[in-house]
Amino acid sequence: MSRPRSQAEYLARLVPPSVAGINRRSLLAGAAGTGALLGTGLLAGCGDDSGSGGSSKDVSLGSNQSDPKPKDVLVKVTDGFKTSSGVQVAVNTVDHNTFQENINNYLQGKPDDVFTWFAGYRMRFFAQKGLASDISDVWSKLSGYSDAFKKASTGDDGKQYFVPASYYPWAVFYRKSVWKQYGYQVPTTLDQFTALGAQMKRDGLTPIAFADKDGWPAMGTFDILNLRINGYQFHIDLMAGKEAWTSDKVKKVFDTWAGLLPLHQPDSLGRTWQEAAQSLQQKKSGMYLLGLFVGQQFTTEEQDDLDFFTFPEIDPSIGAKALDAPIDGYMMARKPKNEDNARKLLEYFGGKDAADITVKNDPATLVANTGADVSGYTALQKKAAELVGSATEIAQFLDRDTRPDFASTVIIPAIQQFIKDPKDIGGLTSSIENQKKSIFTD
Amino acid sequence: MSDLPLIQADRAVPPPAATTSTGGRRRRLRLLSRTDRVVVTLMVLVPLLIVTGFVWLPAAATVLLSGTNWDGIGPLNEIEFVGARNYSDVVNIYPPFVPAIQHNLLWLAVLFVVATPFGMFLAVLLDKELRGSRFYQTALYLPVVLSLALIGFVWQLLYSRDQGLINAVFGSNIDWYGDSNVNIWAVMVASGWRHVGYIMLLYLAGLKGVDPSLREAAAVDGASESRTFFRVVFPVLRPINIIVLVVTVIESLRAFDLVWVVNKGRNGLELISALVTQNVVGEASRIGFGSALATIMLVVSLVFITIYLATVMREDRQ
Repeated sequence: MSRPRSQAEYLARLVPPSVAGINRRSLLAGAAGTGALLGTGLLAGCGDDSGSGGSSKDVSLGSNQSDPKPKDVLVKVTDGFKTSSGVQVAVNTVDHNTFQENINNYLQGKPDDVFTWFAGYRMRFFAQKGLASDISDVWSKLSGYSDAFKKASTGDDGKQYFVPASYYPWAVFYRKSVWKQYGYQVPTTLDQFTALGAQMKRDGLTPIAFADKDGWPAMGTFDILNLRINGYQFHIDLMAGKEAWTSDKVKKVFDTWAGLLPLHQPDSLGRTWQEAAQSLQQKKSGMYLLGLFVGQQFTTEEQDDLDFFTFPEIDPSIGAKALDAPIDGYMMARKPKNEDNARKLLEYFGGKDAADITVKNDPATLVANTGADVSGYTALQKKAAELVGSATEIAQFLDRDTRPDFASTVIIPAIQQFIKDPKDIGGLTSSIENQKKSIFTD
Repeated sequence: MSDLPLIQADRAVPPPAATTSTGGRRRRLRLLSRTDRVVVTLMVLVPLLIVTGFVWLPAAATVLLSGTNWDGIGPLNEIEFVGARNYSDVVNIYPPFVPAIQHNLLWLAVLFVVATPFGMFLAVLLDKELRGSRFYQTALYLPVVLSLALIGFVWQLLYSRDQGLINAVFGSNIDWYGDSNVNIWAVMVASGWRHVGYIMLLYLAGLKGVDPSLREAAAVDGASESRTFFRVVFPVLRPINIIVLVVTVIESLRAFDLVWVVNKGRNGLELISALVTQNVVGEASRIGFGSALATIMLVVSLVFITIYLATVMREDRQ
């Protein structure tokens, strides 16, 4: 840089990038609209490459399994498919979050023949919008699935659009050693649950570990309370925007939760689920309502000390048989290039062989097909599989059971507000209802 | 981007004496060779196209989309116009909106009153040629260089309620990130930490450019250090002061990264930019609603940009 000749010239060179960055600001705002269009190009481009063959000997698969382990397992499963059918699978892997965030553009562009997705509201929504194909004929050839899994794979029109592959349940986890030390018993009613919590408090434990910094873990608590108090059908209708949030039924859920909040770990809005799980692991907390993935925070030796029970019954006429167990699986795009092969692939994914390969290579997964050889499961996994197998209905977790915009922009702030101020339930529910009406317009 | 230096360089050329300004300009144009003219045309056209294509068109599209209820699904011709409904929803039934506006203003106030003056103060200190001045400069500027992911991680280590350094050292039990009365201040400290370094470097560069003879003259006249600074150096640095002011305003309006890293701009950390991202980017795809928020942000920014441009242009005319 040459020496400036005058002071004015010198100062003029000092304009920092962020002054010029005024443009960047409005660009950000504008990118709002165009980001979607760019995303289309990216993902559609990927889909194009892998599906361009179009011969009868291959099929393309869009996968969100970007972590090394599941990615590797998927390769082994598709190899198995190739051996049994002779069809080559072109796997197009996209980062998990990116895949999820771009799903709208992906499905509207040129998606792969088969793609990974979740059971729940979005699955039914894509089916209804014609962005996924009916695969009822594949289901007629599948065996080893409970009715709850079939229900979770069915669209609003009664046809199947989804093949389940794996799942994990949400339940109340605890350490056997701690419970043995204090002589606690698994509660089966809400009263017993509350009494147990009070006893834990007297014993110097935090009864229920709790974290909601990221906004989603507390959804699990809302789900299970709503399922226990109002039942599965009401929960699903509420999530689909068909029931009013201002109804007494929803208020009762928040009331019950408000009663339980003093048993929860305080200051949950600054805590991640990992930190809450560690308080359970360090024997500071008595129990924790979370998904099976809570085990990640425990060492290998401690895995045997981890146990769980399903959330106790609140209303005897509703029982305690429904639960959250998010299911991952596969769907078929609209107008797949190789429809026959896509159906064959889905049938293979839903079959026993694929499940066996998965369990053998990734023992941490619970496979959806009950016909699979699960002798490698740990005691905890076996219990989890039994729990879900005996469930009458399976909910998919709040953010999968409703519109993603409603879950992330309305429910997360609302639940955090509730945790901060559990008294104003009337104001909270009417705020949710007003926003719901503006989001669920069609 | 490079328009300011151009203007300044233009100014540095002495105007042709004794001609009217229009006549002078025409003669100067004729002096340009053909290659010059091609180069000048290209230099004007290319940035113009870039600015139009990447700034004005998307901005206009945002304003247009803010009148629709598009959710990112379905062809563009099926977009339904809903008038000002998104705006009335934002104001009337969207609880995070009012806190977001308040937080943006608070952010501006704190950067303006605390962080910026402190950065300028550090610059003045470092201008004194202390021993190890470079080390201090580097240390203070480091936060500006660090990546956002790293900064989020560093502060998480300090602020975590159960495992954080601050609570461990002081034996306190404050929920730095979770308590909505506290977390905005906690994040502001982190943000100020970054801002101070930025302003310091900017201002230091300006101070180095001040003609030493001005200071000597003031010293000869018997002015004290602080008097010299406020009466001589500070007024001389007027152009830099304006830049610092604008940087502060812009930094507070576009504040986004830290709150996003902490909790995605929720629970006491709402900012307009975070709300736009929550609604538009990702699976939520509330594109119409998010565009309305973005438009509001654009209007707020325009107010400041207009003030800035008006000031600069007035100066140019003088």
